[in-house]
Amino acid sequence: MTMNERKTIDLEQGWEFMQKGITKLKNILEGLPEPQFSSEDYMMLYTTIYNMYTQKPPHDYSQQLYDKYRESFEEYITSSVLPSLREKHDEFMLRELVKRWTNHKVMVRWLSRFFHYLNRYFIARRSLPPLNEVGLTCFRELVYQEVNAKVRDAVISLIDQEREAAYYSRKAANWIVDDSCPDYMLKAEECLKREKDRVSNYLHSSSEPKLLEKVQHELLSVWANRLLDKEHSGCHALLRDDKVEDLSRMFRLFSKIPRGLDPVSSTFKQHVTAEGTALVKLAEDAASTKKAEKRDVVGLQEQVFVRKVIELHDKYLAYMNDCFQNHTLFHKVLKEAFEAFCNKGVAGSSSAELLATFCDNILKKGGSEKLSDEAIEETLEKVVKLLAYISDKDLFAEFYRKKLARRLLFDKSANDDHERSILTKLKQQCGGQFTSKMEGMVTDLTLARENQTNFEEYLSNNRNANPGIDLTVTVLTTGFWPSYKSFDLNLPAEMIKCVEVFRDFYQTKTKHRKLTWMYSLGTCNLIGKFEPKTMELIVTTYQASALLLFNSSDRLSYSEIMIQLNLTDDDVVRLLHSLSCAKYKILNKEPNTKTISSTDQFEFNSKFTDKMRRIKIPLPPVDEKKKVIEDVDKDRRYAIDASIVRIMKSRKVLGHQQLVMECVEQLGRMFKPDFKVIKKRIEDLITRDYLERDKDNPNMFRYLA
Amino acid sequence: MPPRASKRKSAPPNSSSVTSSDGRSEGIEALCSDLGVDYTDVRILMLAWKLKAEKQGYFTQDEWQTGLKALGVDSLSKLKKALSDLEKEVEKPSNYEDFYTYAFRYCLTEEKQKSVDIESICELLNLVLGVQFRPQIDSLIEYLKVQNDYKVINSDQWINFLRFCKEISFPDLENYDATQAWPLILDNYVEWMREKHS
Repeated sequence: MTMNERKTIDLEQGWEFMQKGITKLKNILEGLPEPQFSSEDYMMLYTTIYNMYTQKPPHDYSQQLYDKYRESFEEYITSSVLPSLREKHDEFMLRELVKRWTNHKVMVRWLSRFFHYLNRYFIARRSLPPLNEVGLTCFRELVYQEVNAKVRDAVISLIDQEREAAYYSRKAANWIVDDSCPDYMLKAEECLKREKDRVSNYLHSSSEPKLLEKVQHELLSVWANRLLDKEHSGCHALLRDDKVEDLSRMFRLFSKIPRGLDPVSSTFKQHVTAEGTALVKLAEDAASTKKAEKRDVVGLQEQVFVRKVIELHDKYLAYMNDCFQNHTLFHKVLKEAFEAFCNKGVAGSSSAELLATFCDNILKKGGSEKLSDEAIEETLEKVVKLLAYISDKDLFAEFYRKKLARRLLFDKSANDDHERSILTKLKQQCGGQFTSKMEGMVTDLTLARENQTNFEEYLSNNRNANPGIDLTVTVLTTGFWPSYKSFDLNLPAEMIKCVEVFRDFYQTKTKHRKLTWMYSLGTCNLIGKFEPKTMELIVTTYQASALLLFNSSDRLSYSEIMIQLNLTDDDVVRLLHSLSCAKYKILNKEPNTKTISSTDQFEFNSKFTDKMRRIKIPLPPVDEKKKVIEDVDKDRRYAIDASIVRIMKSRKVLGHQQLVMECVEQLGRMFKPDFKVIKKRIEDLITRDYLERDKDNPNMFRYLA
Repeated sequence: MPPRASKRKSAPPNSSSVTSSDGRSEGIEALCSDLGVDYTDVRILMLAWKLKAEKQGYFTQDEWQTGLKALGVDSLSKLKKALSDLEKEVEKPSNYEDFYTYAFRYCLTEEKQKSVDIESICELLNLVLGVQFRPQIDSLIEYLKVQNDYKVINSDQWINFLRFCKEISFPDLENYDATQAWPLILDNYVEWMREKHS
């Protein structure tokens, strides 16, 4: 359109043109990519208004243009400005408001310029408010009316936060110097409570979280380290002095600030680890004063140690509930702390052995722990919980099994129910495989009793088969029981007949099983015709065999005894010692020294007596520790081999580190395999052609089918 | 029977004079004296490798004839020359590992044997790697003789000795990482070295 051709512009047409300009302005205000107005654009828009205003009726659109001017603002505010303000809150809303107000003023300025001609003549003639005023009024009526309450709240809230922050910052700076940690925490808790109340009464609820956050920050986050590390009243001291209430408060307060619990839990872990380690040291020191020959035996101090660890565990489990609201972070560090010290042995005995011995003492007759049934159950439960922290669980299982065997075979088990109960607990904790052999052992005993009844029936039906001695046989299923060395003891003639009779009986029951006789595990009741009085002696089969030799000889030498019995030196020394150098001297030894030597001579002590009619002559067991450890090491080698093969079979190709990692993970339930041992097993498997090293990458292994 | 020197100069070395049905090792010894090379010289091992000899101590008719043909040798003097060329050939990276692996296999005398005793390994290490990696080999041999964990070495450990010499800086052993798949014997060796020098 040129200035020269003055065609009439009709309203619709003209407004369409203006609308384009207004839209362009809005885009610019909204920040959309839109080029600025050129002078030409501006001139065109201005001129369009001029023309439409100065046209002859009925095409003079001054009133309509004035109205449309105002409507432009109304439309923009309703469609864009108000929605954007409504969706924001607090500070963000205030910022948006400022932005929109600034934009609005720009919009008014520009539109006024386009519509300027109206301003010059039309409004004066009609006494109408100028364009400027119209524009601004729109904003007041549409925007301000709606948001002013919200704005006031937001502003007050902001002011308050600033005020509070400053106030508490000052207060905290003073308190941290003067107050102990518990006192400071009490004050902090008070402040937070007060603020919370204030907010709910005076301010909009949306302010609450922000306000409290600010207060927490000033009171706690800023001073956290200094507060927790206060020497005589900080976290460490509270733990030391068992200040449960203060610790609970500490937990409550610090759980609210970001990462606030990290230093608390870490101090807790340090503390528990230190307490546990101190117990270990205490036990070690006590053990080092033990006599040399008792060094390997788990003694009273070690028992006490286990008791104390249980008590420590109970104490801090209570803390989980009372102070730390069972928070997972604290459970985690408690576990780590216990794992750290529970795996240190005491005086050469591993913690696995200590726990097994502890259980043995509770479960055996005449054990050192005299407890009620309920207390026993409770204690067993706690011991099983401690087992979770022990990495060598397989070692515990083996020691436990060995001691269980003793209890079962020598009738030393105090209570069958307790035996079964702990097995159930162990099964729950460690899985069925852990306890399957032990359960088999207990079952064997039950079956053995049934079997014995059948044997006695057999004997009464076969009079001539009767060996003349009461015989009780316990048949054990080989896989369940620990392995024992069996020696070919030369049995006394009377007993040989017993063995044969039982063998015949057993053949009638089953032809597919082989019996191996373990004389080292048997017991025998002998009648000793001593001069003062006849007495009954309860001895082991080995001891009985030795004593019966004196029925046919008055005097025997060490070597004669050894040859006749066909036992090793170790066994002979042990058993002769128990009969001649211990509490009950059934045999007289020449020379009358306190130890057995291979040149000694022995005689039946006919003058022996005791106030009881029936005595038990104990034969101290061989120390099983070495054998247990050997057996477990052997089993571990097999387990590692099997694990490596299993992993490689499924992965086909695997890197060394990965293989080691998976192996450790697979076996972790039972023990922590040593890296060096794993390497050795890998090498062994390479030699046995299960695996090979990859040709190109020496850190990779391949499975050889 | 020791071959007569004069005949050897003109006629091609005769395999039948080298191998005999009963005195096998004598044959090699005789050959060595002809060549003016010591029995225990590494070049004999290289020859064995080149001839692809199966068993230690002698060459079969087949191995001998095929091998000499491959070397283009038809006289003793040519054989002498070929030996020195052989050294260079073996040292080529593409051949060296093959030769090294062969050296181990050559020591396996029994049917199902998979490992070689420590004493022999020490000699073999010295022979094969001694020149190129003198300090490492001396130290390693010292260790192998004092340690008690292993009485024999298998082929996997053997091949890793070479890798060790090639890859690990000596004597600081700085870049040795025991968490990698190095054989345990080398882990133990490195530990021993580190203790010695601490």
